[in-house]
Amino acid sequence: MALMRKSKQLKWVRKHLLGLRDLSADEISFILDTAEGFEQVSTRSVKKAPPLRGKVVVNLFFEDSTRTRNSFALAASRLSADIIEFTKKSSSVSKGETLLDTARNLEALGIDILVVRHGAGGAARFLSRNINVCVVNAGDGFCEHPTQGLLDVYTIRKIKGSLEGLKIAIVGDIAHSRVARSDMWAMTKLGAEVIFVGPPTLMPGHVNRLPVRVSYSLDDIIEEVDVINMLRIQFERLGGNPFPSIREYSHYFGLTVERMKRTKRDILVMHPGPINRGLEIESEVADGPRSVILEQVTNGLAVRMAVLFLVNQAAAQGD
Amino acid sequence: MKVIQDSGQIEQTIRDLAGRILSENRGDTEIAAIGIRSRGEILAGRLSQELSKELGKVVPCGTLDITLYRDDLNSPEGAGQPVVRTTEIGFDINDKIIILVDDVLYTGRSTRAAMDALIDLGRPRAIRLAVLVDRVGREFPIQADYAGYKSDAAPGELVQVRFVESDGRDEVVIE
Repeated sequence: MALMRKSKQLKWVRKHLLGLRDLSADEISFILDTAEGFEQVSTRSVKKAPPLRGKVVVNLFFEDSTRTRNSFALAASRLSADIIEFTKKSSSVSKGETLLDTARNLEALGIDILVVRHGAGGAARFLSRNINVCVVNAGDGFCEHPTQGLLDVYTIRKIKGSLEGLKIAIVGDIAHSRVARSDMWAMTKLGAEVIFVGPPTLMPGHVNRLPVRVSYSLDDIIEEVDVINMLRIQFERLGGNPFPSIREYSHYFGLTVERMKRTKRDILVMHPGPINRGLEIESEVADGPRSVILEQVTNGLAVRMAVLFLVNQAAAQGD
Repeated sequence: MKVIQDSGQIEQTIRDLAGRILSENRGDTEIAAIGIRSRGEILAGRLSQELSKELGKVVPCGTLDITLYRDDLNSPEGAGQPVVRTTEIGFDINDKIIILVDDVLYTGRSTRAAMDALIDLGRPRAIRLAVLVDRVGREFPIQADYAGYKSDAAPGELVQVRFVESDGRDEVVIE
C-alpha cells in the first residue's frame, strides 16, 4: 500500500515549464511523483487516458529533434490531446515570420500548450511573457532542457531510490549542453553532488559560479561516482578546435570498457542521445548491463505526460 | 461531529458485505477486489482478506487511481489540486468479477470515473460496487450492489470514513 507520496503536498501553480533553475526541490519531486502515476498508462491494453481530451498541443521545433519531439507527441496523444507538428523547414518561418508572430498565429487557432525548441536561449521564457497559452521549454540555446533534466533524475531516483548524497559526473561538451545545465539544477536541488568533467575548452566560461565541482580528468573521478552521464559532442555547435582530434578526445574522455572496470559496480551509465558510438561512449558500454539509456527514453514519456498534465491543470484552475 | 459507526460496527459491516458478495457470486468465475484511492484501497484490502478467509483461497486485491478520469479536471471549480497517484493492480482483470470498493457512495461521479478507468485496463466479466456508506445525493444513475450503512446526511454535511491505517482509528462520522 503506497498511501504516502514522497513529496510534500503542494499546490502546482505553474502554467509554464521554462527551466529547472526556477523550481524548488519540492516542485521537482512533485513532478516526479506525478510521473509515477503516468507510467502504467503506457503498459496497459488501452494506452490512453482522457485528461487532455479536447486540448491542442503544438510541437514548435526550430531545431532538429527526434527523441524529444516524438516523446512529446506521444505523451500528448496518450493524454488524449490533439497534436500539431510544426517544423521550421515547412513553415512561414522560412518566409521571414518572427518567432512571436508564429506563436501568436498558433494561439489564434485556439491551441492550449506550446512545446517549443529554439536555438536562442530564453526563447521559451520570451514566448511565455507574450502569449497566453501554456509554454513548455523543449530546449533553448545552451540554457535549459527541463524535461530531459527531469527524466534523468526520475531514472536515477527510480533505480537508486533517492538522489541524496549521490555523486554524479556529467562528461563532455558542457559548454554547449543545455542538458548539463538542467541536470545540474535538478540533481543539486535533490541533494546530489554534480561533477562537470571535460577539457577546459569545453567548459562554460562561468563554470566557477555554478554549484558544481569541475574535473578536467575522467580518470580522476571515475572510481567515486554513482552515476555517469555522457554527453554527445555537438559538432554542429563547435567552433574552432576545442580538442586536437576525435581520437584524442575519445582517449581521455570516452567511456570505454577499460574505464568501466574501475567504476563502482552499481554505477548507472546515462546518455541523453543521440549517441556517437565509439566517440564519447563505446558500443559495448552503451549496450552493456549498467546502461540505462533506453530506460531514460521510456521514462521520458511518463515525465512529459506529467508535465503536460500539470501545466494544463494550472491553466484550468488559475484562469 | 456525530459518530455513526464505531470500529466494532465497521468490522461487522465488512463481514456482512463479504457474506453478501459471496452468496451472490459463488460460481466458477474468479472474484477480485479493487479499491478506489485512498480510503477505498484500505476497505478493499480488508474485504479481500475477509473473502479470502471465507473462500479458503486468496482473493486478489488492487488499487485504482481515478484522477485522470475525473470529470472536473478542466473546470475552474474543480476540487483543488488533483494529485495523480499510481494504479496498482497486479493481476489480469479480464473475465473476472471485479468488486469495485469505495468508502462512501455519494454523487456517483467517482464510480463513473472508476468504471471508465477499469475498462481501459481490460474487460471484466462484471463490475459490482461495494461501499461502506451509501449516502443520498446521487447525480448519476449509479447504485451500489453491496452497501453497508445508509446515510441521509444533508448536502452541507460531511460524511467521513476513517481507518486506522490512514487516520489512526476506525470510525464513520458526520460533521
